[in-house]
Amino acid sequence: MLSANGSSSVKLAVKPISQSVMPARKFAVESILIRAFQYGIFPLVLLIIWQAVTEFGWVKRNVIPPPLEVLAIWYDLITGSTQEAARYSGTWWDHAFASTWRVYAGFGWGVALGVILGLLIGLSQVVERMFDVTLQVLRNIPVTAWVPLALVFFGIGNAPAIFLIGLGAFFPTVINTTLGVRQINPTLIKASLMMGANNHELLTRVILIGSLPSIFAGIRLSMGIAWVLVVVAEMLAVRSGLGYLLNDSYQFYRNDVVIASMLSIGMLGYLSDRLVVFLRDHLLQWNLGEAFNGEN
Amino acid sequence: MAKIEFRGVSKSYSSRNGNVLALSKLDLHVADEELVTIVGASGCGKSTLLSMLAGFDKPTTGQILVDDCEVREPGPDRGVIFQQTALFPWLSVEQNIKFGLRLRANASISNADAVVQRLLQRTGLAAFRDRLPAELSGGMRQRAAIASVLAINPKVLLMDEPFGALDSLTRSVMQDFLLELWDTDRKTVLLVTHDIDEAIYLADKTIVMSGHPGRVCEVIDVKLPRPRHFDIHSDSKFIELRDRVRDVVRGEATATALTE
Repeated sequence: MLSANGSSSVKLAVKPISQSVMPARKFAVESILIRAFQYGIFPLVLLIIWQAVTEFGWVKRNVIPPPLEVLAIWYDLITGSTQEAARYSGTWWDHAFASTWRVYAGFGWGVALGVILGLLIGLSQVVERMFDVTLQVLRNIPVTAWVPLALVFFGIGNAPAIFLIGLGAFFPTVINTTLGVRQINPTLIKASLMMGANNHELLTRVILIGSLPSIFAGIRLSMGIAWVLVVVAEMLAVRSGLGYLLNDSYQFYRNDVVIASMLSIGMLGYLSDRLVVFLRDHLLQWNLGEAFNGEN
Repeated sequence: MAKIEFRGVSKSYSSRNGNVLALSKLDLHVADEELVTIVGASGCGKSTLLSMLAGFDKPTTGQILVDDCEVREPGPDRGVIFQQTALFPWLSVEQNIKFGLRLRANASISNADAVVQRLLQRTGLAAFRDRLPAELSGGMRQRAAIASVLAINPKVLLMDEPFGALDSLTRSVMQDFLLELWDTDRKTVLLVTHDIDEAIYLADKTIVMSGHPGRVCEVIDVKLPRPRHFDIHSDSKFIELRDRVRDVVRGEATATALTE
């Protein structure tokens, strides 16, 4: 009798999540075509302007080649079928693979160290005091300022590149992980202790999972920085990768290859970001809408 | 068997204005299977009292005993229902109820799945077992939180303004739900509230506290028949008790407000 009362009054209060969490859509029927138009219009206008300024001779073709030419070069870079890119013809896969590999290697160690240290700092004030000054000072040194030392210490090759990328990936991750641990609802920690959770259970089942949204925010920033730094590192420290391709073709006045390299970096960076977002949304489905944070 | 005893418990905090005495030489006794409510104006130390009993805080002097064992740290023998509903936002209702049972400390509880199923039924949440806390109403969340605490079968239930954040209709339904649970389980319950009606409606015994420093002001035996129904709110005995408690609480609150 009592519980029947309870659930009926309660049923009224519950709205389906799609309604309560998502704002109402303005247009009920929105065709795929209109959406494709909305996504495509701006890039298309940009391409048309680009084509126009080169077509009308406002900008010299050897300074900024028109988009269709860049597309042709890009095609040859990838397939090696037309030889238009001359010595670079068909080298795209090797360079793209080299860059991607370095990004993930550097990102991997930077993020791993960032998460571990971020958890420790978030959990312990002693650890925070031990690392705070060092981190705050190092964080303010642009990673590019590490290039000379990295080259002297590691020499030319993959090592300085992976070092720089990891260093860049480390800072956003460590800071956001610390923040994530600090932001966990203290009532959840109390409730876990009350139920008898030991330190290991508290860490793995509450603190780590509870700080994942913030950790992912840091990881996403780190991924972006990793793609910036891979180009810097490849321009200076190695003889492969898209950054190297960009820099080398610049030396030979091949601005068409330069632009194709730039767009390749942009696209691979975008794909990496999508990967992080996909993982985040897959792992943190509970955090997609307005998550419940203990408030009633 | 679970009785609670406070022996000369004081608690002081250090703050910018020097030491603040939150509780002063408090003695308290809650018998086994008794439902005791603590009522008082905000700042009278009632939440501090509960927090120390839960083991989150340590008394400055004195002893707190549960079944003659001194309380030293939080533990599954004392289940706490927080005002800020303690549900893990990433776990479904069912997984939340199961959370405590999957901890090593509670490995001795056998038939975990059966326990969870029974609690889902008792709390009327069986149809919502796969929902996340964000997808529940406030009342359902608090029932899920109560279920997750009952799952580890604590000897005593400590409730810190458990229905304070709910609307009055839901609150009244939850009070009946709590009485129903208590009728079947007969756990020792200590419930803190600032709602005088709630304090009397639920209690065998209501402790009125006053603040600055916090101490027990009056202990009132609520000799109303059980099982209780909402109608009792208009019963003359209920009204008489309510007025008495209100006079004490108001008197204390006014005195405090004037001295501040």
